Amino acid sequence: MTYTANFRVWRGIGGEGELQDYTVEVNEGEVVLDVIHRIQATQEPDLGVRWNCKAGKCGSCSAEINGKPRLMCMTRMNTFEEGAPVTVTPMRTFPVIRDLVTDVSFNYEKGRQVPAFSPPKDLKPGDFRMQQKDVERSQEFRKCIECFLCTNTCHAVRDHEENVKFFAGPRVLMRTAELDMHPLDTLDRRRMAQDELGLGYCNITKCCTEVCPEHIHITDNALIPLKERVADLKYDPLRWLGNKIRVRGKDD
Amino acid sequence: MSSVTTPVSTDGQPPKRKRAEIGVKTLRTDRYWVQPLVTFIALMLFVIYSTWRAFMNADYFYEPLISPFYSPCLSTACPPGSSFWTPLDLPVAFSPALLILIFPLGFRLTCYYYRKSYYRAFWQSPPACAVAEPHGKYTGETRFPLIFQNAHRYFFYAGLAFNALLTYDAIIAFRNHEGQWGHASVGTLVLILNAAFLWFYSLSCHSCRHAIGGRLKNFSKHPARYKMWTWVSKLNGNHMRYAWISMVFVAFTDFYVYLVASGKITNFYFF
Ligand code: SF4
Ligand code: SF4
Ligand code: FES
Ligand code: FES
Repeated sequence: MTYTANFRVWRGIGGEGELQDYTVEVNEGEVVLDVIHRIQATQEPDLGVRWNCKAGKCGSCSAEINGKPRLMCMTRMNTFEEGAPVTVTPMRTFPVIRDLVTDVSFNYEKGRQVPAFSPPKDLKPGDFRMQQKDVERSQEFRKCIECFLCTNTCHAVRDHEENVKFFAGPRVLMRTAELDMHPLDTLDRRRMAQDELGLGYCNITKCCTEVCPEHIHITDNALIPLKERVADLKYDPLRWLGNKIRVRGKDD
Repeated sequence: MSSVTTPVSTDGQPPKRKRAEIGVKTLRTDRYWVQPLVTFIALMLFVIYSTWRAFMNADYFYEPLISPFYSPCLSTACPPGSSFWTPLDLPVAFSPALLILIFPLGFRLTCYYYRKSYYRAFWQSPPACAVAEPHGKYTGETRFPLIFQNAHRYFFYAGLAFNALLTYDAIIAFRNHEGQWGHASVGTLVLILNAAFLWFYSLSCHSCRHAIGGRLKNFSKHPARYKMWTWVSKLNGNHMRYAWISMVFVAFTDFYVYLVASGKITNFYFF
């Protein structure tokens, strides 16, 4: 069943731009990315859009559709009313390169601040032994496709651009939680999470979780547990005392 | 054709990139404001009701039922039989609820779920996802006063003591008005359910999940704690539900005791 849809697509370079209207054909079973491609093929050969897999697995096609941060390739056209306009804009939090393509290097820069996995020095790569239950928590976070929709939606940077200096965003904090929970990682990452990556800026309002296309429980399973770990270290006088006088063992 | 042209840089540097100029606070077309509004109204109703009852200083005890807002009743002004320990010699006009409500209040105020709901519904930070918040500056929970949210675990421990006490209150409600054991009334049932819901709420707490096992690195070295952690994690997935159920029910329990104590209804005894 084919119909004509009204699309409003943000077009511009380096931040300056505006929404432009297109009427475009839509066929049964299509997703927003298909329609964007049709606009590109039939009307606007220079329309900038990034994509790779069209299967929700590469994390390239992040955008905002009717104001909601989503993957274009996973947003089916049949979820919209036929006559209603469909607005597609680039992610708001990151600088625009062109049209729907944003520069997400912020995330990589923050990611590089996190020290890599650090196994015990005397353990050779072939000798890692872990039980399933020890790595289960981290495995959920490994589903991440680095679409950065979470960090894009997080109001701490989205609505306060100045905070990019202090706050690394949910994706990178989740990576920190993953390593802090890893049975063979030897670093204590808590102080860094709070003081350098800005975990305190998160107010656990869960928008990252709401938009994650991999349905990772970012807030409940990564950020809140990390906040609790930080509290053990920095905000819990009794635990601090306990550790000082060694009445309790280490939490290995 | 499009009006977009490739910008020419005059100084040989790549053009400076900025965020997309969109202008409006959100392009969402759904009714994203419904949920914060409902949360706002529901929490306000609870605040108004509990403030009214906390200052009322009356109709909170009718042998053997005591309202959860007034237990433990620590003032010498508490009606006889309502308390086994009254260390505080306070004027009759001072509501004993005010002595203790700070703990359940603090527990809920610092709860990770309630934080989410009131940051969104009251503080609009953010009102909904991808909807711009109205504030010019934002530091999250990094400084005073919100940094004290990190004390949640202490309120959690205090909450456990309250749960134990309210469970005790429910057990001693298996008596009739004359104090004989082996009886049960609608009030008994209400008190039991109230205590049960509060246990579910506390045990599903994120701080509980952390303390019980979340802080460990190696689950395999602590099989018992791992097992408990998996249970608590299951409960934790429903924490929001337990938060609402237990909050509404604690108000209902108080209201039931109020109705009985003020003589508006009689507490029906099953046996
Ligand atoms: S839960 Fe925290 S990190 Fe996630 S969107 Fe909200 S404030 Fe940002
Ligand atoms: S956590 Fe989810 S939303 Fe964030 S980058 Fe990974 S897949 Fe995308
Ligand atoms: S194109 Fe790969 S996630 Fe959409
Ligand atoms: S009671 Fe809600 S998180 Fe602790």
